[in-house]
Amino acid sequence: MLLSEKQTITLEETANDIRKSIIEMLVAAGSGHTAGPLGMADVFTVLYFHTLRHDPRNPKWDDRDRVLLSNGHICPVLYAAMAYAGYFPKESLMTLRKFGSPLQGHPHREFLPSLESSSGPLGEGLSQAVGMAIADKMDGKSGARRIYCLMSDAELDEGESWEAAMLGGKLALNNLVAVIDRNNIQIDGLTEDVMPLEPLAKKWKAFNWHVLEIDGHNMEEIAAAFHKAKTIYDKPTVIIAHTIPGKGVVEFESDYRWHGNPPNQQQAEMALAELRALGEEIHSRAES
Amino acid sequence: MTASAHPALNAELRLNEKMFDADVQKVAIREGFGHGLVIAGDADARVVVLSGDLTESAHAEGFKKKFPERFVEIGVAEQNMAAVASGMAAKGKIPFITSYAMFSPGRNWEQIRTTICYNNQPVKVAGSHAGVSVGPDGGTHQAIEDIAITRVIPRMMVICPCDAIEARKATVAAASTGTPVYLRLARNATPIITTDDTPFRIGEAQIVWRSKAPTVGIIATGALVHKALVAARQLSETGVEVEVMNLATIKPLDEAAVVALATRTGRIVTVEEHQVAAGMGSAVAECLAVHHPVPMRFIGVQDQFGQSGTPEELIEHYGMG
Repeated sequence: MLLSEKQTITLEETANDIRKSIIEMLVAAGSGHTAGPLGMADVFTVLYFHTLRHDPRNPKWDDRDRVLLSNGHICPVLYAAMAYAGYFPKESLMTLRKFGSPLQGHPHREFLPSLESSSGPLGEGLSQAVGMAIADKMDGKSGARRIYCLMSDAELDEGESWEAAMLGGKLALNNLVAVIDRNNIQIDGLTEDVMPLEPLAKKWKAFNWHVLEIDGHNMEEIAAAFHKAKTIYDKPTVIIAHTIPGKGVVEFESDYRWHGNPPNQQQAEMALAELRALGEEIHSRAES
Repeated sequence: MTASAHPALNAELRLNEKMFDADVQKVAIREGFGHGLVIAGDADARVVVLSGDLTESAHAEGFKKKFPERFVEIGVAEQNMAAVASGMAAKGKIPFITSYAMFSPGRNWEQIRTTICYNNQPVKVAGSHAGVSVGPDGGTHQAIEDIAITRVIPRMMVICPCDAIEARKATVAAASTGTPVYLRLARNATPIITTDDTPFRIGEAQIVWRSKAPTVGIIATGALVHKALVAARQLSETGVEVEVMNLATIKPLDEAAVVALATRTGRIVTVEEHQVAAGMGSAVAECLAVHHPVPMRFIGVQDQFGQSGTPEELIEHYGMG
């Protein structure tokens, strides 16, 4: 096991806190995306609190790992993870989507300089991550720092995603890790109805990537996949993280209609109550 | 009569004295870009070049030979190329992305907007084969909307050199702006107007043809600057005095020079190998409408697509001859 039981529980508690913040942020904003951020809270928690080589107090440290969020619309989870990690005060989270806020509706690095990239339009993040990985290879820095690109499953509808995948495979960019949030939903419905992606793992293998498939809510599996990726020397790695959109709030789970809508006050109170109960359950496990 | 004998040519610019001669040297503007790339690469190790499967045609070949470790073949994937370049720039590189203008910035406009300009990364977009003078390949390959779609993006500089020598200087200068730049390059061999000694600075328009009492100001960009000069010489022989401006940098526009020309002449004609809608002439009109309105005419493509033909036939057919 990569994680001790105590580590796992601590990560679960953090992920739960991040989910509560996501709900609070979305209610305060009055708009934004709910399903994706909740679904990716566990992956972001492991990334920011276990895997990443970074220093939140020195966000421009040259040898830091880079995180690119390609599907910028799930930025509430990115912002919350960064705030909890210490990049900026948690109080800022409540300014999401407000005029002048560092937390723009889709990430903008001029408003929040600790972001690696401004993003939103789908299918572009992996290309940028490939570019960063190439630059590090040119500079002989690929051993020191890694590039992580977080993506959605539906953005693989974009042809550019596969252009980037081809180039990453061609150049055997072993300093690059892509994480696909395989939550099976997109705005118009289920991914397999809108535009089938399966067989997804076979597609990536055919593009010369090392493919790992994990339960995106299992802290040990997430941490192990990031760890495993460091040992793959001849290819870039893609982690297909199977997640439940809206995870943590039963009423939101696996319903594509929560892709792009925020909860109202009443729904938020219900969601927070559920998450608080979940938090108590995790806490009681810690004490037993 | 050689140009050196013509007093109207601006002597301060040390222009090519043989520009009006029948045997004037002709070189493709894109070739000058290729020379500039090598010079820029020599001067700064951060310069890298990305190619969209058009390495020779877009004149990235020289750079590839000299700096193979700083050259990346992307394949026929211009959208990916733009965003990969953004990622490389985020890591401190100065990437030049090379293809035909129709595909870059044509095909990959949104990637240029978001990953390069919105992200404020200093990527240089070099679009070869701009204009109808591409010739026999036909309308699909003749970019005549590229000035419009690049100059509209915040932070993007737009440069359209008049000859291969100016293209070389513009390429070297583009490498050190710290901003996104679009370099508009033509395919065909065209007359050399400038010399190695002609000054070049991004954002500075140049009056290449002067008159004592001009009644029209001609503002031209790209290879058509030569046509404008030929026209100016012919007009002078019939007693019509004009001034000709080489507007190599379309954005940022040299507003002071444009307004001064309009003030001196009272009338402006713009000349570009591009749709008149939203092109260089429109940029000039936007400036003059605010600061010094004068009557204007726009020479360029009038809301049409190109077609096959020789460059000369096409320039003539679309009213730019």
